[in-house]
Amino acid sequence: MKADRALVLHLAVLAALLLAHFLAPAYHHANLARIMVLSIYAMGYNIAFGYTGLLSLGHALLFGAGLYGAGMGVMHLGLPAGPGLVAGTFAGGLMALAVGVLALRTTGVAFMIVTLMFAQAGYLAILYFGQWTRGDEGIVITRAARAIGPIDLSDDASRYLVALTLFAAALLVNLALARSSWGRVMVAMRENEERSRMLGYNPFAVKLAALVVSGLYAGLGGAAYGLMFGYVGASLASVQYSILPLLYVLLGGAGTVLGPFLGALLMFYIIDYASSLTDAHQFVTGAALVLLVLFAPRGILGAIRAKAATWLP
Amino acid sequence: MAALTLLEARGLTRHFDGLKAVDGVDFDLRQGEIHALIGPNGAGKTTFVGLLSGRIPVQSGRIRFAGRDITRLPAHARVRAGIAYTFQITQIYAALSVFDNVALAVQGRGSRQREADTNAALARVGLESRAGQVAGTLSYGHQRLLEVAMGLALRPRLLILDEPTQGLANDEIAVFKTLVRGVVPEATVLLIEHNMDVVMDLAHRITVLNFGTLLAQGTPAEIRADKAVQAAYLGD
Repeated sequence: MKADRALVLHLAVLAALLLAHFLAPAYHHANLARIMVLSIYAMGYNIAFGYTGLLSLGHALLFGAGLYGAGMGVMHLGLPAGPGLVAGTFAGGLMALAVGVLALRTTGVAFMIVTLMFAQAGYLAILYFGQWTRGDEGIVITRAARAIGPIDLSDDASRYLVALTLFAAALLVNLALARSSWGRVMVAMRENEERSRMLGYNPFAVKLAALVVSGLYAGLGGAAYGLMFGYVGASLASVQYSILPLLYVLLGGAGTVLGPFLGALLMFYIIDYASSLTDAHQFVTGAALVLLVLFAPRGILGAIRAKAATWLP
Repeated sequence: MAALTLLEARGLTRHFDGLKAVDGVDFDLRQGEIHALIGPNGAGKTTFVGLLSGRIPVQSGRIRFAGRDITRLPAHARVRAGIAYTFQITQIYAALSVFDNVALAVQGRGSRQREADTNAALARVGLESRAGQVAGTLSYGHQRLLEVAMGLALRPRLLILDEPTQGLANDEIAVFKTLVRGVVPEATVLLIEHNMDVVMDLAHRITVLNFGTLLAQGTPAEIRADKAVQAAYLGD
């Protein structure tokens, strides 16, 4: 019964998002498509941070790998959007593998710094190799290149439904992962690495695998973001995009399957509202981060799980 | 007592800067015995079992376990090979349930009956009624027992217990002794222990370490009679 309850909840969220496609006003409809894509990225972040305990400050590198894997594939190789999406996803996974092999030699604060440095190096490399990446200006993906078969991603309705499809797949895979035996090992690694090692689990292998899955998610999120909204630029691989998923995950609830989406949804609208009041909307991001870490480190769903719904995955 | 050797260490050495924590120790464990490792504080006991379990890298010397050289095997692989280690300072998953703690051990050795094996290990230490409780809320004594249950759930060939009775009440120690007797002879037990009553009561053989070297080895009666041991340790 427990298992069913969680599955029903997640399917209900997906059904509500499908309903929103028909009911939501255009402005919110467009926002939701963007939020769902960012949520895929945040889910990936959550697999590394929320489940496995890897506090990375460099996930923008993986998101950027997805963006540029897709964007440069389309621009230089003439890939259609579908294969571009696949290329971006694998670019994220490969980048995570490369970074993980090196960064996972460190833990804690050193890991945060190393991942931050890698991401900065990646960001600067995008600017430096401008002849391929179009540096500062970024790559504008033409309408013709933004089609998966007959589906035109520049059309609002199709874009929403593609975003929902990718989001649904990512969410259900995440749910299955969280409840699998491998998901339990990730949590074990987060809770007590030395204990886990002395139960026969290889910490390096478990964390690297988690990081690669996280990278695949981030890559998919980045590729989808670039292809759907038609723009791939260095600003999307800047440090801000490393902090955002952390913020979403902390707000929604680290180590919960729905937390990244809930956090992205709320934070998107908080920032949206703040931008209408002030230019200093990044201040809101920073303040939210500080408040969450100090007063609500478990996030919304984490708190609900602790108080009322221990079955929540 | 079977004379088969389960573990064999030769010239085992580990220095920390100038400190000779373990210095050229030869050591054998027989299959199915309860072997106690004793010695004054700072004698190198925990470092020594750290070398056996792989938590601390060996500087020189060799370790053979069940006929295989494991000197360079990482700790997690030694666990898979059958060496379980329970920590001196309790290491459990405090935020997870008692059941999940043990289930992670069961899952780690690739069991197909996760639930049944977990419950069996919990029953063995008498914690089956607390399976749903969050492990961090258990009493200290129960946390020690949980840690032993995790060790047992790995179904090890060698169970290393690092000061398992430290901080336990007398009735808990009695439960623990019965538990350890039930582990052999299928598994072998290596026990670091300060409580001499427990050592003399449980151990088939005793090894005494002092300043990182082997001071004496023998049955409880032999160790009691050993002049060097008395001077260094027992005969205060």
